[in-house]
Amino acid sequence: MIQKKKDPGVLIAVEGLDGSGKSTQIHLLFEWLYGLRLRVHFTEWNSSSLVKNATRRGKKKQLLTPTTFSVIHATDFADRYERQILPMLRGGYIVLCDRYIFTSFARDAVRGCDPDWVRSMYGFARIPDFTLYFRLPLDTALGRILEGRPQLKYFEAGMDLGLSANIYDSFRIFQGRVMDQYEALAHEFAFTAIDATRNVHDQQQEVRALIGQGVDLSRYRTKVPR
Amino acid sequence: MSTKRCFGSPPSGLDLDRLTGALIVIEGPDSSGRSTHIGFLAEWLQQNGFPVAQIGLKRSRLVGKELERAKQGNVLSPRTMSLFYATDFYDQLENTIVPSLRAGSVVLADRYIFTPMARDIVRGADPNWLASLYSKALVPDAVIYLQVSDRTLVDRTLASHGGLDYWESGMDLGLERDWFGSFIRYQRQLRAEFRKLQTRFGFEAVNANASIPAVQAELKERIRRVLLGLYPDSEIS
Repeated sequence: MIQKKKDPGVLIAVEGLDGSGKSTQIHLLFEWLYGLRLRVHFTEWNSSSLVKNATRRGKKKQLLTPTTFSVIHATDFADRYERQILPMLRGGYIVLCDRYIFTSFARDAVRGCDPDWVRSMYGFARIPDFTLYFRLPLDTALGRILEGRPQLKYFEAGMDLGLSANIYDSFRIFQGRVMDQYEALAHEFAFTAIDATRNVHDQQQEVRALIGQGVDLSRYRTKVPR
Repeated sequence: MSTKRCFGSPPSGLDLDRLTGALIVIEGPDSSGRSTHIGFLAEWLQQNGFPVAQIGLKRSRLVGKELERAKQGNVLSPRTMSLFYATDFYDQLENTIVPSLRAGSVVLADRYIFTPMARDIVRGADPNWLASLYSKALVPDAVIYLQVSDRTLVDRTLASHGGLDYWESGMDLGLERDWFGSFIRYQRQLRAEFRKLQTRFGFEAVNANASIPAVQAELKERIRRVLLGLYPDSEIS
């Protein structure tokens, strides 16, 4: 169902709860690889322009159901996948993804979508060569996000699930369920777990060591002058 | 009253109980007379005491506008378009079709999942992937495909639009530089895919080359039978 196409590129994804520090880590990884003069490309979840408009309106006006939430994110992903990720992989790039299809697998499952249906929908996407899962206790992640009492968004807090009328409580319950899904996915898709409770620098050393050992970086030197 | 079901398991959180209405789908290419016939059918059904709701492609509140824009610019990949159409469909399924069926309406669908599927398959999509994508769609009470010959289609299209449409001519496929030739080839491919879908999903075809009144009479007869099956006590003129 989910096929592993072998293009010359390397696909690296980071996954984890909000507050796990994954974006910081992949950003530092990008800086390192870029500094080594390698062909490297960074992409993040939910960023294709045309689809984004619709997604934004759907979220703002709370038009989304679990099913349309799922399909509209797949639409956005497909656009980015076929426009950027796949051509970059074909062209021999190291492609870094801040969140990948597993983000949808986790969230959609929490919203009650049929997991087989979601996996089939994303069946066109290549499974990453490395999925780095930034693992930390739920309370730590919640603490990092909630300490400043941020303005939480409706869907981000899982308010559509009716878990609690209080948006902060809803967010806590929702994140807990997302975490359960991540743990199951980590097993199913053999994620590489990184202990995200340690300081940023130590984690980055581990990430760089992992990629340095797992990928023959000399094959990805750029020939285009910068 | 019928029990409604989906092709696969139903969408998360969607209650299929007490859907007392009827879902009637009219499929067919542009210029096959779909909207004309649907207009007449809506009128006829209401005169017979059935409330009517209508749906169609690109009509969702969620993504209808963006889909229209995407078609203007030809900027999205075929797979993205497939998924975008699926979003448009599911939004209408959950926000229009199901509530209308629950309210007892006859939902007239000006195309359903089959047109997007046929278009996508012609563009290289995997039929099984599409069948899975749309597996949460309700199984309609009837699907009627308006079948027209190349000649009729060309005549009607040229007469009513004074030219050919980029997408309906399949120009994005690069089949031929000549729009007319591309239109004929693309419509043939679509028809071939429709025939396969017809076998797979078991829908009926109506010869839509005939005059409007003749086709309308045929459609009414088929829909009358469907409604009498669902509501045996009803009187339909």
